[in-house]
Amino acid sequence: MALLSKKDANLILDPLADNNPITIQVLGICSALAITAELKASVVMALSVIFVLGIGNVVISLMRNIIPSKIRIIVQLIVIATLVIIVDQVLKAFAYELSKTLAVFVGLIITNCIIMGRFEAFALGNGPWRSFLDGIGNALGYGVILIIVGFFRELLGSGTLFGFPVLGDPIAKTGLYATGYENNGFMIIPPAALIVVGIIIWVQRSRNRALIEEN
Amino acid sequence: MSHKKLTLKKRLHIIKHSLRGKKMAPAFNAFHTFLFTPDETTHSGSHVRGADDLKRTMNTVILALLPVLVFSFFNTGYQFYAAIDAANGTPRTVDLFGNFLTWENFWLGFTQVLPLLIVSYGVGLLVEFIFAVIKGHEVEEGYLVTGMLVPLIVPVDTPLWMLAVAVVFGVVIGKEVFGGTGMNILNPALTIRAFLFFAYPTWMSGDKVWVHQAVERTGTADAISGETILGSLAQNASYSYSTADMFFGFIPGSVGETSAFLILLGGLFLVFSKIASWRIMLSAVIGALVMGLIFNGVADMGWVGESSRFYGLMSFDFWKHLIVGGLAFGIVYMATDPVTGSQTNRGKWIYGFLIGFISVMIRVFNPAYPEGVFLAILLMNVFAPTIDHYVIRANVRKRLKRLKNATILPQADAGKMEELQAETV
Repeated sequence: MALLSKKDANLILDPLADNNPITIQVLGICSALAITAELKASVVMALSVIFVLGIGNVVISLMRNIIPSKIRIIVQLIVIATLVIIVDQVLKAFAYELSKTLAVFVGLIITNCIIMGRFEAFALGNGPWRSFLDGIGNALGYGVILIIVGFFRELLGSGTLFGFPVLGDPIAKTGLYATGYENNGFMIIPPAALIVVGIIIWVQRSRNRALIEEN
Repeated sequence: MSHKKLTLKKRLHIIKHSLRGKKMAPAFNAFHTFLFTPDETTHSGSHVRGADDLKRTMNTVILALLPVLVFSFFNTGYQFYAAIDAANGTPRTVDLFGNFLTWENFWLGFTQVLPLLIVSYGVGLLVEFIFAVIKGHEVEEGYLVTGMLVPLIVPVDTPLWMLAVAVVFGVVIGKEVFGGTGMNILNPALTIRAFLFFAYPTWMSGDKVWVHQAVERTGTADAISGETILGSLAQNASYSYSTADMFFGFIPGSVGETSAFLILLGGLFLVFSKIASWRIMLSAVIGALVMGLIFNGVADMGWVGESSRFYGLMSFDFWKHLIVGGLAFGIVYMATDPVTGSQTNRGKWIYGFLIGFISVMIRVFNPAYPEGVFLAILLMNVFAPTIDHYVIRANVRKRLKRLKNATILPQADAGKMEELQAETV
């Protein structure tokens, strides 16, 4: 990437793999469990978090020298809440059905620990451009996992991707269903997301042994 | 000794040495130790020699399961033909030598249950072998029992590919991720059952799946019933089985769970061979009876009306809960799993009691889960280490107290005692 220096590029690339907020830092798990039953919801959730974290990091970074440290958490919450409300209203205006599926979880982006974590750990100590890259990077790392989990859960649980029946029609018994295949109801329920995330963590750590903690 | 006169045993040892350190060594060793005792001995330290190693333990459990398996062959066939007779308007009564122990019944059951058994062992052992080769450890014996339990706790018509998927899931997620046999938190056989139940509920519950072909025949002129006793009770319907039928197992249900009589024999065998804990079995029976009595009491007091959807199950004689459904099978063969159960004696009483208690509770309160026993055992598997922790801590505290009362300590040590006590909290 000629556009970015190597150091800046790492701000985006690190959270995608070796410092992933979900699989390595184990943050933001609740939303990963709740909304990944459908790929579409995962994608929208990922986009929302990219928006909130990207903008939020810049805002906090710009204000970092004037926020009194005693009340910084409250200031951060206000910034997040503002951005989340924007996302929520946009979804309600342009994708009402989807906003009903995501229900309370858009609002709960406020409590997503990744966002508060990046504000605290990065934006309060870095300039706006680097904070922006860091925010985008971490949100992308979060989104990638959400989309992987959503992909497997929707494919195996409902036999669809983005709502399209890719495996055939389970009622008319066409496609793969003609051979006796059936959707796996287990993948629809939230514990399945926990197991899929667990498997991703397992695969990642067995490929990169440096990630395994000593204990 | 000339080369030709090498015995099989000797030859296998030669192959073993040539494979040492190679990737395939664990796979070979697994077959080898299945046939012969290994030729290695440990070289240092003192050892207690016992004949009851892990393999012997597992084989004893399998021995205790064999009568149940053979019975399941006959019962699968019998239930199928009995359901057809019932649909044709000529209900059967069981006659052990007349219409139960027949070649016809055996053959149908055999051809239905054997594929389940083969898939269970084939897939499960394959996963174990793959993990052993990748991780470079010996193949563990844990799957020998699990593989036998799995076909016995599923409905007879479970599609084989579903069973295979569930076995892969159960062995990998239930056992291998925790480090293999002896490290698992959940009973692998029940993990497989739970996976099937939540993934493919239409094949695992309802009023059709318990008798061979009942699902396929639904809606046709040859439709037959596949309802279990618990299923009938959940709908406040009557059932046509006598108490003796329930006890000896001439009722529909999961493949091997029906015969409380043979399970009882197997349980006694396990208790007398000291493989399974009698404390867990006894306390689980007590727990189930207590919960059953409470429900009977509630029904007798008239707190639930006859029209209530709980009435059928609540008014069911409390002791009959033990002989229908999977409760007996679960208590004898699954709750007593030494790896996932409580380890302390007092812990075993609590653990077993709650299994029985919660099983009957789930059964009555959620008729959609007639097999509450598998959920109850999995739940208690999770709590077993916590129970042990508190049992041990209570014991430590009791002994500290005794020590404090019994010895006259110098003043200086009194503080030390406080410290010890604080550590245990």
